[in-house]
Amino acid sequence: MSTRLAQGGRLIDRSKAMEFTFNGKRMTGYAGDTLAAALLGAGQTLVGRSFKYHRPRGILASGSEEPNALVHLGEGARFEPDQRVTTTELFDGLTCTSQNHWPSLEFDVGAINNKFSRFLTAGFYYKTFMFPRVAWEKLFEPIVRQSAGLGQVPKERDADRYEHFYAHVDVLVVGGGVAGLAAARSAASTGAKVLLIEQTNHWGGRAVVDGGEIDGMPVEGWVNKAVEELENMANVTIRTRIMGAGVYDHGYATGYERVADHTPGDGRPRHRLWRIRAKQIVTATGAIERPLSFAGNDIPGVMLAGALRDYIVNWGVSAGDRVVVVTNNDDAYRTALAVKAAGLNVPMILDARAEAGGPLADAAREAGIRVEAGKGIAKVHGGKKVTGVSVCAQAGEGASLEEIKCDAVAMSGGWSPVVHLWSHCGGKLIWDVEQAHFRPDPDRAPTSHDGAAFVVTAGSATGALSLADVMADAHAAGKVAGKAAGGKTSSKAAPEVAPETMQPIEPVWVMPQGAGPDKRMKMWLDFQNDVKVSDVQLAAREGYESVEHTKRYTTLGMANDQGKLSNINGLAILSDALSQEIPATGTTTFRPPYNPISFGAIAGEARGELFQPVRQTPMHAWHAEAGAYFEPVGHWYRPYCYPKSGETHEQAVNREVLNTRENLGLLDASTLGKLVVKGPDAGKFLDMMYTNMMSNLAVGKCRYGLMCSENGFLSDDGVVARIDEDTWLCHTTSGGADRIHAWMEDWLQCEWWDWNVYVANVTEQLAQVAVVGPNARKVLEKLNDQAGGGMDLSAEALPFMQWRDGKIGNFDARAYRISFSGELSYEIAVPASQGRAFWDALLDAGGEFGVMPYGTECLHIMRAEKGFIMIGDETDGTVIPQDLGLNWAISKKKEDFMGKRAQSRSHMTDPDRWKLVGLETLDGSVIPDGAYAVGEGVNANGQKNVIGRVTSTYYSPTLKKGIAMGLVKHGPDRMGEVIGFPTVDGSNTVVKAKIVSPVFYDPEGEKQNV
Amino acid sequence: MRRYSAFAIAREGARYHTGWERAWRSPKPKKKYDVVIVGAGGHGLATAFYLGKNFGITNVAIIEKGWLGGGNTGRNTTIIRSNYLQDPSAAIYEKARSLYETMSQDLNYNVMFSPRGVMMLAQTHHEVRGYQRTAHANALQGVSTEFISPQRVKELVPIMDINGPRYPVLGALWQPRGGTARHDAVAWGYARACSDMGMDIIQKCEVTGVNQAGGKVTGVQTTLGEIGCDKLAIVVAGNSGDLAGKAGFRLPMESVALQALVSEPIKPTIDVVVMANTVHGYMSQSDKGELVIGGGTDGFNNYTQRGSFHHVEETVRALVETFPIISRLRMMRQWGGIVDVTGDRSPVISKTPLGNTFINAGWGTGGFKSIPGSGWAMAELVAKGEPGPLAAEFGLDRFREGRFIDESVAAGVAH
Ligand SMILES: Cc1cc2nc3c(=O)[nH]c(=O)nc-3n(C[C@H](O)[C@H](O)[C@H](O)COP(=O)(O)OP(=O)(O)OC[C@H]3O[C@@H](n4cnc5c(N)ncnc54)[C@H](O)[C@@H]3O)c2cc1C
Repeated sequence: MSTRLAQGGRLIDRSKAMEFTFNGKRMTGYAGDTLAAALLGAGQTLVGRSFKYHRPRGILASGSEEPNALVHLGEGARFEPDQRVTTTELFDGLTCTSQNHWPSLEFDVGAINNKFSRFLTAGFYYKTFMFPRVAWEKLFEPIVRQSAGLGQVPKERDADRYEHFYAHVDVLVVGGGVAGLAAARSAASTGAKVLLIEQTNHWGGRAVVDGGEIDGMPVEGWVNKAVEELENMANVTIRTRIMGAGVYDHGYATGYERVADHTPGDGRPRHRLWRIRAKQIVTATGAIERPLSFAGNDIPGVMLAGALRDYIVNWGVSAGDRVVVVTNNDDAYRTALAVKAAGLNVPMILDARAEAGGPLADAAREAGIRVEAGKGIAKVHGGKKVTGVSVCAQAGEGASLEEIKCDAVAMSGGWSPVVHLWSHCGGKLIWDVEQAHFRPDPDRAPTSHDGAAFVVTAGSATGALSLADVMADAHAAGKVAGKAAGGKTSSKAAPEVAPETMQPIEPVWVMPQGAGPDKRMKMWLDFQNDVKVSDVQLAAREGYESVEHTKRYTTLGMANDQGKLSNINGLAILSDALSQEIPATGTTTFRPPYNPISFGAIAGEARGELFQPVRQTPMHAWHAEAGAYFEPVGHWYRPYCYPKSGETHEQAVNREVLNTRENLGLLDASTLGKLVVKGPDAGKFLDMMYTNMMSNLAVGKCRYGLMCSENGFLSDDGVVARIDEDTWLCHTTSGGADRIHAWMEDWLQCEWWDWNVYVANVTEQLAQVAVVGPNARKVLEKLNDQAGGGMDLSAEALPFMQWRDGKIGNFDARAYRISFSGELSYEIAVPASQGRAFWDALLDAGGEFGVMPYGTECLHIMRAEKGFIMIGDETDGTVIPQDLGLNWAISKKKEDFMGKRAQSRSHMTDPDRWKLVGLETLDGSVIPDGAYAVGEGVNANGQKNVIGRVTSTYYSPTLKKGIAMGLVKHGPDRMGEVIGFPTVDGSNTVVKAKIVSPVFYDPEGEKQNV
Repeated sequence: MRRYSAFAIAREGARYHTGWERAWRSPKPKKKYDVVIVGAGGHGLATAFYLGKNFGITNVAIIEKGWLGGGNTGRNTTIIRSNYLQDPSAAIYEKARSLYETMSQDLNYNVMFSPRGVMMLAQTHHEVRGYQRTAHANALQGVSTEFISPQRVKELVPIMDINGPRYPVLGALWQPRGGTARHDAVAWGYARACSDMGMDIIQKCEVTGVNQAGGKVTGVQTTLGEIGCDKLAIVVAGNSGDLAGKAGFRLPMESVALQALVSEPIKPTIDVVVMANTVHGYMSQSDKGELVIGGGTDGFNNYTQRGSFHHVEETVRALVETFPIISRLRMMRQWGGIVDVTGDRSPVISKTPLGNTFINAGWGTGGFKSIPGSGWAMAELVAKGEPGPLAAEFGLDRFREGRFIDESVAAGVAH
């Protein structure tokens, strides 16, 4: 039984007890505990159930590689599933529950799968559940889904907030073990700006647990000194609780800081995502111990040897009273010695190697531990916890030589460097035969834009396993990185460590060597996903020979730990099954993040209102107060309409239309894109950008212009005003301003970089109001009368399609005589700072003229009544100006313009192209949005032939009937013909409409020209 | 081929599964084949399958530089839908979708086609009109879709916040028989069936050159030597430009990275596929329990098969906004694939300037769903030398004529 030892635990503070609950049971731990340590300390060895067979699961590891011990943490708005107990810091009041079982952890009905595990092998689901056909979707899939998954789903909106942080450094060192500390010191000694991050809340990593001396001090003393030294250096920042999550191109890295996971609700952001730009990255990420594959290696109580030692030394917790140690390398002897030193029993060390010699084995024997060479475990006994093991010869088939009672097994299959961050951005690995692991190949490092390496490894992450090698390697790595990041040559001496003698590892992939199929079916590789040695062998037998095929067929390495413990063992088994060397098999790809990171942290502060930038016009507050119903247009919010109390949106829109046509309407047109195009070549440039001629536009005049893509399709439109000899002001659509600005820059920067043109987006510098309706001139003249503004707004002084600068009332105005509604209309731009005042003044003065603001829907209807096209309605990226009868706006004189060549292609000049017409329903109803007109018969693929579609369709309050614009095959030649639009509302009706001119209102343009 | 069934599993279970056959053979290449297909992704394998099934052509090699299914076929987010706007697209995607309905039975391999429904959210008035248009088009194309109300959206996806302050949900285009399938299984099922018909799938063999004589293809050079052929089908997705170059012609296509990511596995929480184009992200849940998430392509051309972080950020931000409860869940893995994108976002199934050489490419961000339909149409083109009705509009000549099949009209994110 696991328990808290009377003494020891370098990380805990026994004076601070902390209460927590597991499955409702009250338990106590200490400050400094991980949840894993606290659970073990409280005697809880069974903590979860596996994914597929619902096997009992205990704690296997002490770090983020833990595959088993995942729990539901917290409650309500702070509930989260799949939380690793090994990386969760204990806090007072923590609540957690175990996952993936019903009705309880101890008794789980799902464990029935275990009984059938013989049939539920790798990939069995590809071979069955196929008959009858509907059974998969209706029966089997729901069952599979219900039994898969691990944790429950949060039900409430997250109570916490998150933030992003930006850091720019010369050298980023990931990992705060002795290697990371040494590398940070030597990198800093070159003068480089260094950031050192460590994922746990303490420094020193494994070496502190393992013992030894650095610079003549015990490791812990050296660590404290190194930390102090680094803290005092101006060019160094060191931070705990930040995990290096991912390495991306060009020295970009992400760090995941768990700011307040251990202090929930204290007001700080819970997580902070660090976005780091580093010239060089040193990965001092250590190594991870591998399990051994013996029958029953998944029973709670079987633990990685290093982890078992961590629990004793760091947290004063023993995993059991009688611990059998099984290993193929020297390191696990340290665990045996630690167990012994804690006053507990080690009945036997089973060393699979032919000989068990060397200083560590000697020390074990001296401590009175029985050491058996060439032996292994035939089978672990127990169900929900270990009760004993059968010992066998490693060389044999597993005949039991001896049964030993024990309550814990410490296993070690060797150590694999943590190569994830190295590999994320393309670093390659080599197989180290002597040490039996993949390690980074220093000659094939990730490279940056200049072809130079930007990641260096340090310490165990390089493959160095003895303390002396680790320190020498890390010291050198830090210097290399500092130098490569622009630092100076440093003469700082490497930390001194006495070399030690270690006996070589002997790889053991299956224990015992000759285990038969019944044993191999009980050897777990992936503990969470229930992938066993037999599954990998089956995959190989069935031809899933690529390591990626095996992974995907068996789900090996696809669990929460992403194969940190299982991958190397799995591919060794696969290599053996395929009779090939391990390097020929290779690894699967290491992908970010190193450990899972919260979506909250990735999203950061961008939530709710701040989800995307909100752009507001100077008059926005007025609209909001007036109760406007807004619609998002690009990043803008624009009033759709201004419903009065009791009014529907539709009623409001109709009122706004009628009032504008009869009296006076005001539109906040500030969102309209305004691009100043200036320079000696501006005219030439605009002649390329627009289909019509802009260079010959007279100063003081306006012209409606069209822009097309290289493929000839209409992409934007708007009125262009010539301001002076070399300045034009181009209006774009509201949604198009940024796009068109970028489009212009694209051409100027990439193609015509030698043209002297400057483009500035002044959209937000100006507030713009469309003053529309028969009383438009009156209200403006009244402002002038009131405050003595000087601008002459008469038809003679400011004719249609011209503009003037001047004072209107008190305001600095530029007035354009343009109309998108068919009414007498002025669009007046004032500096943004005067926008709100100008709007207010217009409303004040307009009272007697029946002034009313109107929204975007009213704008749409009025333009449709006039047959004006709207980008995004009449166009969709497949429509050319010729389709819309806009030939008049396409210059015949210009040698070239964007889209000219494209518009001469055969399909563009095809007389069968659909063309713009007006549509009038026979019964006055409104054609549904998006409806198509059908022709005769079906096409070669059996689809109904279509002859047109509606592009804009509205109820016209002016004409009191449905009106529409549409694109119809040979449309302009078919005036008066009636075509049918089938509906899809389930009524099976066809709306009949007559083809008419698209100009429904004031075809002669008498109203706008007054 | 020994058939898979529950009975077979019971039989094998009794003898430690020693009797299972290889799913496909790994043969040495022959000197010459009637047809060589480059690329053992879904499209290459489906082409081979229908060459055999519909045209009896089985002297076929499928040559793969890596492992079969290891390109985009094994990297995608497995959305299957056919609610496309333009007629030619709807025709081929709906053909594909309908073939998915029976694929498990046709291949005797459970590809786990799950017609759970695909929903595309409308969050601006403009999008509402766009999807209403698609719904009208689909009705005439024989594709069953429907524009549904926000309330119905909420019923189908209770975890969605339809009243988000920034972009409230105004409705959705709903295809009830769209869904997902297990991507690897599609590749493996086809590979098994092709191998069974006597076709050779040659993995770890890269095509490095194309041999020609008199304007016609005669074979390919590979890392395993020369292999002759009468006809050549190039079906290599992100590597299309490269392969076309080897065959002596150029393509109007770009290769860019598209990324996806998954959360840690959780119990079932979302039963349909949701795509949100205004905020730019989409999400479904795998049978294993991971939330499967994707967004748009990276903004630069490359071949690295990995992506940048900022796109992941944009996508995740969109989905946290749409599904607030996922905020405390975690991203477990992100990855990327190189997709082949044409100017009009529609594929190419076409003859090429080189005689007897055909290309199937340009599926870009959305070609998993089309695998069976594309294979069907491509097989017809290869077998007859001329495209049938499904492929007729997808020829390369459309770019010269300006006869685009533009799908970006309907949706920003097209998966
Ligand atoms: C992240 C992501 C998400 C996606 N999501 C979806 C989705 O939800 N729904 C959807 O429908 N689609 C989706 N797609 C798109 C879909 O994956 C692809 O369109 C489809 O898989 C393409 O299949 P393919 O067979 O053409 O290409 P691939 O599967 O890429 O196969 C091409 C094969 O050619 C091989 N090859 C290349 N060059 C050579 C050579 N010289 N010699 C030999 N072999 C070669 C490659 O190794 C590869 O195996 C997504 C794609 C990505 C990357």
